[in-house]
Amino acid sequence: MTTQDVVTSSSAAGLPARHTPAGDVWWRALTRNLYPFVVVAALWELVARLGLFPARLFPSLEVVFAAFWRLTVSGILPHHAAETVFRLLAGFGIAAVVGVLIGIAMGRSRRAEDIFLPLVSIGAPIPGLAYAPLFLLWFGLGNFSAILLVGFVSAFPIIFNAWTGVKAVKEIWVRSAQAMGADQRKLFRYVILPGALPYILTGLRLGLAQAWRVLVAVEMLAAVPWGLGWMIFGAREFLNTDVMLSGIAVIAVIGLALEKLVFQRIETYTVVRWGMVTA
Amino acid sequence: MLPIEVRDVSLEYDTPAGRVQGVKGASFGMQASEFLCIVGPSGCGKSTLLNIIAGFLTPTSGEIRIGGKAVNGHGMDRGVVFQDFAQLFPWRTALGNVTFGLEMKGVPKAEREEIARKQLALVKLEKFMDAYPHHLSGGMQQRVAIARALAYDPAVLLMDEPFAALDAMTRDDMQRLLADVWHKTRKTVIYVTHNVAEAVYLADRVIVMTPHPGQVKAEIPIDLPRPRDPLSVEFLDTQKRLLSHLGGTAIPAAA
Repeated sequence: MTTQDVVTSSSAAGLPARHTPAGDVWWRALTRNLYPFVVVAALWELVARLGLFPARLFPSLEVVFAAFWRLTVSGILPHHAAETVFRLLAGFGIAAVVGVLIGIAMGRSRRAEDIFLPLVSIGAPIPGLAYAPLFLLWFGLGNFSAILLVGFVSAFPIIFNAWTGVKAVKEIWVRSAQAMGADQRKLFRYVILPGALPYILTGLRLGLAQAWRVLVAVEMLAAVPWGLGWMIFGAREFLNTDVMLSGIAVIAVIGLALEKLVFQRIETYTVVRWGMVTA
Repeated sequence: MLPIEVRDVSLEYDTPAGRVQGVKGASFGMQASEFLCIVGPSGCGKSTLLNIIAGFLTPTSGEIRIGGKAVNGHGMDRGVVFQDFAQLFPWRTALGNVTFGLEMKGVPKAEREEIARKQLALVKLEKFMDAYPHHLSGGMQQRVAIARALAYDPAVLLMDEPFAALDAMTRDDMQRLLADVWHKTRKTVIYVTHNVAEAVYLADRVIVMTPHPGQVKAEIPIDLPRPRDPLSVEFLDTQKRLLSHLGGTAIPAAA
């Protein structure tokens, strides 16, 4: 809270709003990122101390941190997290490449649209986890099924948005480029791709959120030896709520890091800089 | 050999209300370095005709010849400037936009940037080379678009009401700037507008079009000395003469 006070008092002290010092921006970003964690922690601690639940089921933050620390130094939590991140990136990576390609093909070719759009429209509204038992039967328990399912499920929003993005490329850009001698290949690379980028990025973001959801759940089902989902699910057997919460906290931190360090950065350097999306 | 010839060009298209004649039997030729304005009320087919010349539309009959050769589709012998500010690529800087055509042609980077810098200087935007379009005003964006269309040195510059969406003061500045650019580059220009004063200010010759069907009604040479003074008696007389050809259907624009 004090950090926020510092920010407001310094900007109220007559500094012009446009001329924000770099340190100020840094503080503001930090406080904004910490804010949800602080609020959740405070509420959590309040409920824990009120004793509405047995302490075993609703441990105080101190107990959770102790468990978090114990699991981290013993290397168990990092191992779980690393396996999960690996599956996430592998599955999401496949979805990103395949999804963007299919989506762009659908936007560019009538035939591709006729082939894929009905399939994608049927597949997309089905919750990803509903496919999980099928994938496990077809491809067996373990990593392969989990990664494939993550890729399959997160591809839908990526396909949809890439398709919409290509459709939303302004006709006048295409005409200008053609008038300046761009052939089909150059038109695609220099106009369609950057023109569709705001939508493609939105699709990737939504796809990543899907990937997270289905991954954590499928780790509970796919009998993988490591993974945050498996750790959380396994801890339930022994009423280890502190372990479960440590897992959830790690998921939140990884998710936030991907959003801030990857997506927001890409946006700042591309679509925001180009004025195609306001920050 | 005329740099550009339009021979008996017609375009019909189907609408739910039936077949519409967008352009009917348009014919005219142009001298090298001539500035031609096509004037007419909205819906007279003047933009359609320009789009046919640019190659974005295929005429139902007739042909367009550039440098003696019949053209089919778009080509780098024509540069196009549209009315819409959004014609610039937002992901490229002013310089990047201007180099685009040269890049498509395969001109090496150093050379195309050299040319683009000169073109931007011509439209007085050399200071804004590295700015992205969304940081430029409407008038500046249209100037970049003009520089972009000139950069790869097309035989003809086609302009479709490029200043119509600008405020009156900026428009006056832009017209002066364009007259200056044309004077320096001696390009052959076809310029579509519904603004009579603009046509009298810029053109060597004005083609008046009327709607339903869109056809050429009159050709009026403008031989006022340049630079032209929009407040002179001769200028206003010419404007009146042009308006009478339009039969009062055009919106008389303030000089």
